[in-house]
Amino acid sequence: MTTTDIVTVGNRPRLESRPLRKILARPEIGALVAALAVMLFFSVYTSNFMTLSGAGVWLESASTFGIMAVAVALLMIGGEFDLSAGVMTGFTALIVGVLTSHYGLNIWVAVLVSLVAALAVGALNGFLVMRTGLPSFIVTLGTFFVLAGIDLAVTKLITGQVAIQGMTNVPFYDSVQPLFGSSIQIGGGTFYVSVLWWFLATILATWVLLRTRAGNWIFAVGGQLNSSRQVGVPVLKTKVGLFMTTAGAAWLVGMISLFRTSTVQANTGVGQEFIYIICAVVGGCLLTGGFGSAIGAALGALIYGMVFQGITFAQWDTNWLRTFLGAMLLLAVFLNHFVRTRAGGAR
Amino acid sequence: MTKKLLVGLGIATTAALLLSACSGTGQEPQASSGGGSESASLDLTYAVVTHSGPGDAFWDRVKSGAERAGSDYGVTVTYNADPDPAKQSQLIDNAVAQDVDGIVVSMANPDGLQSSIEKAVAAGVPVVTINSGIERSAEFGALTHIGQSETVAGEAVGDRLSEEGLTNVLCVIQEAGNVGLEERCGSAASTFTGSMENLQVDGTNDAEVKATIKSKLQADSSIDGILTLGGQYAIDAVGAVDEAGSEATVATFDLSEDVVSNIEDGAILFAVDQQPYVQGFLGVTALYLDSVNGNQIGGGQPVYSGPAFVTEENAAEVAEYAANGTR
Repeated sequence: MTTTDIVTVGNRPRLESRPLRKILARPEIGALVAALAVMLFFSVYTSNFMTLSGAGVWLESASTFGIMAVAVALLMIGGEFDLSAGVMTGFTALIVGVLTSHYGLNIWVAVLVSLVAALAVGALNGFLVMRTGLPSFIVTLGTFFVLAGIDLAVTKLITGQVAIQGMTNVPFYDSVQPLFGSSIQIGGGTFYVSVLWWFLATILATWVLLRTRAGNWIFAVGGQLNSSRQVGVPVLKTKVGLFMTTAGAAWLVGMISLFRTSTVQANTGVGQEFIYIICAVVGGCLLTGGFGSAIGAALGALIYGMVFQGITFAQWDTNWLRTFLGAMLLLAVFLNHFVRTRAGGAR
Repeated sequence: MTKKLLVGLGIATTAALLLSACSGTGQEPQASSGGGSESASLDLTYAVVTHSGPGDAFWDRVKSGAERAGSDYGVTVTYNADPDPAKQSQLIDNAVAQDVDGIVVSMANPDGLQSSIEKAVAAGVPVVTINSGIERSAEFGALTHIGQSETVAGEAVGDRLSEEGLTNVLCVIQEAGNVGLEERCGSAASTFTGSMENLQVDGTNDAEVKATIKSKLQADSSIDGILTLGGQYAIDAVGAVDEAGSEATVATFDLSEDVVSNIEDGAILFAVDQQPYVQGFLGVTALYLDSVNGNQIGGGQPVYSGPAFVTEENAAEVAEYAANGTR
């Protein structure tokens, strides 16, 4: 495949000779073990978790987090954060909702306008971070709040409501809806197309990371920014591209949410950004960048979906959900840290 | 290495088991003693799925009511909530997948829940809607709706504020995106003779709610009334009025223990109680009657749980129940 002079983390485990160590050095191994444990636990503990109808529920729950977690994982491997990712899912859906239900714009055009707007915000995030040299944590925290305010104020100003209503009456709604919000019945279970999008996003991201030149750039800019700049990696292009990828994923999730429920609220997505980061970290991404995996992030989202719905299946008090997630995050991070220091292949 | 992994796995499983052990409180699957001899053998499970955010005092009362009904009737009641309609839909799907005997659901954003509720009804699971969504309940195939019409309650509040001679009232909205809250302010404004302005605050942060109201009062000294849409925000408003040195009076939707004592002291003019405990209790009751006797309360029409006005005159008797966290 494509060659480059940069030794990326992805290549490093080849230094290992023992097969067990080689497996343990993979970033997603912690998430894989945890996902299997969670799946096994709820399958045994509850009667409906491991049925087709049960699986339909937790897969759908995991899918939208999964799409975002995969994109956020790429960004984190590239050494940046995007706190505006959550609110962007609401922002993109609101654009379509307002443009169609209020201004009567063709829904296909509105969906494209929304994508362009999302990519523009993503590019803006990227340029602000790169031009100012400020931490992306701060810059995107700013755009997060700006967007959250716009979502509420502009929606209320234009439609007089704080939630988009009457989407199903928009002409051609039925022509777009199957793409993002359709479902099929398999043996009593309802499976949404969002699950397919999630798998596609994971496969695409994994291919880019491991098999393309861009993938090497992502590892390089996140691992050693200065060295990679010196050896000629297009740092600006890579990082801006990563922010735009996250924004594009947020658009996809926004569309899925809009066409699944036929409504969107002005507060949709606020507070979700940390869940994406949790999923990526559980999946083996380092906060410092340069290490991680898209499959791991997808597994992290799967764990989140299974735990969230599993707690409900088990009829436990969902007040405990966040405690459980927090504990799991710590466990996953400890496991990853342990594996990496012992395996020694990667930083 | 593998050994360590197994240890980690063991810890995770233990933690999960501990959690399951802790969460058993407050939900008796069977009534210890009951009127009918049959009730002990009934194996019914009802899921209550609301749009509440975490830690909301109002929804805690709905939950208490639903759980009380569950223990009184000797049936299992589960409670789940999420303010995002997509996630609330998933919780409904989840209940259907569990094959529960009925679902109680609140519809802050009916459009968002339509497909899941209709799917539940199509799967033969009886649904009762509570709190918000009164207009769409029958259309989605619910047995009945138990709640208060936001329009009726809002208009009554608007009239009452006018009677009190107020002229410039602030309507404090604590949750962006909740159609029902917007409707309350809108309906109150429609019958109110003075001018009414909406103020958006972050309901998950009471200190900030108070600060926002305070700065609004300082910026506009002509405000002589504040209408809040939840009990805890009335307390924030009273604090803000106090700190700002304003003369504004406070009125509120919904109750809490503090609201009642403030009404007794005269710091809050009145509260409109939509009786959340009733909504939880009757929601489960409606499903229970349908399960055991095929009854349908309300005859396809909504059942009103309120509004009940709490003023200085009747605050003392309400206080007792508010202290229990049930009113």
